[in-house]
Amino acid sequence: MISHSETSPAAPRFAFSSRILHWLMAPMVIVQLLIGVTMIASLSRYPQLLAVHRPLGVLILIFALIRLVNRRTHKLPPFLAAMSPAERKAASWSERLLYTLLIIQPLTGWAMLSAARSPIVALGPFELPGIAPHSIGVYAFFRECHDVFAVLLFATFTAHVCAVLFHTLVLRDGLLYRMAVWRTRSPQHDFTERS
Amino acid sequence: MEPGEDDEEPAAADVPEPPLRAPLTRRGALMGMGAVASFAAVDVGGFAYAGGWLRPDTLTPPRFADRFERVYGRHDGFRRNHAKGLSATGTFVSNGAGAAVCRAAVFQPGSAPLIGRFSLGGGLPDQADKPDAVRGLGLLIETANGQQWRTAMINSPVFTDSTPEGFYERLLASKPQPGTGKPDPQRMAAFLDRHPETAAALKIIKQTPPSAGFADSPYHGLNAFRFTNDAGATVPGRWSVIPQDPPVVPPASVGRDFLFEDVIRAVARRPLQWRLMLTIGEPGDPTNDATRPWPQSRRSIDAGTISITAVQTEEAGNARDINFDPTVLPDGIALSDDPLPAARSGVYARSFTRRAEEPKSPSQVDVRRTLS
Repeated sequence: MISHSETSPAAPRFAFSSRILHWLMAPMVIVQLLIGVTMIASLSRYPQLLAVHRPLGVLILIFALIRLVNRRTHKLPPFLAAMSPAERKAASWSERLLYTLLIIQPLTGWAMLSAARSPIVALGPFELPGIAPHSIGVYAFFRECHDVFAVLLFATFTAHVCAVLFHTLVLRDGLLYRMAVWRTRSPQHDFTERS
Repeated sequence: MEPGEDDEEPAAADVPEPPLRAPLTRRGALMGMGAVASFAAVDVGGFAYAGGWLRPDTLTPPRFADRFERVYGRHDGFRRNHAKGLSATGTFVSNGAGAAVCRAAVFQPGSAPLIGRFSLGGGLPDQADKPDAVRGLGLLIETANGQQWRTAMINSPVFTDSTPEGFYERLLASKPQPGTGKPDPQRMAAFLDRHPETAAALKIIKQTPPSAGFADSPYHGLNAFRFTNDAGATVPGRWSVIPQDPPVVPPASVGRDFLFEDVIRAVARRPLQWRLMLTIGEPGDPTNDATRPWPQSRRSIDAGTISITAVQTEEAGNARDINFDPTVLPDGIALSDDPLPAARSGVYARSFTRRAEEPKSPSQVDVRRTLS
């Protein structure tokens, strides 16, 4: 609108590092879920998709661990005052669930490959070591976990995006902008301008 | 992420809510809810489509595995194809000649341990051995750098199908009929009319009678791959193993497991050996069609010796629990435009997952019983 609207005190946001990590990781996770569900149904591209799925899983695990450290070392912006205690609980627990799944899902993939004695991911001339004993029973266990966690991760991701869109587009409380790495107009200022 | 640390107390530190956002209107709210619903529909629909659930006519690895179960029945804990088998162990001793075309560590001079598996084609784990049944040899060779080369070869000189779709159709067309125990001839004829490549391949296979047993049989990789050497030059290649100084295999007997029992006894006497031959294709040689042989004159490299030094009844921890996925390749061997290995990889993975989750029962082939 007018120039000073961009410099006015903005609504509280997540720490800069949190926002960068969030948006770097989001496309990785979406692509990974899509590759995972596509490859199990693909007769012609299974090995090629798997060749992306494995290293991308390792990358997501690394990013998830960095995010966990970042999360523990940075303060969160306060909740929106309009959020009820129940909504706050739901937000906190869904965040916990997402972090847990983003760490545990790559680990179950790594473990099931280890149990099947399969090569994991090549780092230059070396292979990533196995983290589970060679056993078809252990493979079966982690393979089922990988399925269950994939569905949970997809459901949590879907709920997360729907909730943020609902807040941003229906309640119009600017929830999304707390995670923005782009310039946003302060909703507060908007109001002032209008009145 | 630490439970109960950050998430409860910010309530006290709440900043005053901005006086309020853009005013809520009914129209705006409806459009917003429409956007949320659209996202959810595209998101869930997109994933369901990608996963094959909205495409019942698309051939997927699970549907391929279903067809094996439909033709052969479901046999818990066993492979969907090549269900009857025997575990083996041994070594590959490379003479270094393969390094001329392929930089894989396995072709450097030296020795690498291997896990093998002799098998009969088909999904019946207790079928009676027959001289003309397809015989398989799966190998997993692991070099010191941790890289693996897995291959599942058979004794036919060419494969019966050039595409996964053809294989899928043929499986059903060649299903033995309850009355005769043979495929429905009309159905098979109709299939061969539609698939001249399979008719041609069957002709070649018929001209190459199988050897007497597992021990004196060659095994062919059949699919084409790409070899790359240290200089970065890439050539198309196929491979076979050719028996070296094979034992005399007794003629076919009436025993239900005579093929397996013969190889068990042969290995008990002395190690069995095969030469690993790499065949190098030339421009124009088909790399995407395993039903067509390459000319006999193609360059052939003797890369070393496969030795099978012991065999074991299939059980936990040995070849029973290996998926001989032909796309597990060391650096230096890559997939070509052959459509079969990718499909085999997807279907083998599905078969492996299914049998991993099922209860196991003992193998029909028992080493101790044979030698006692």
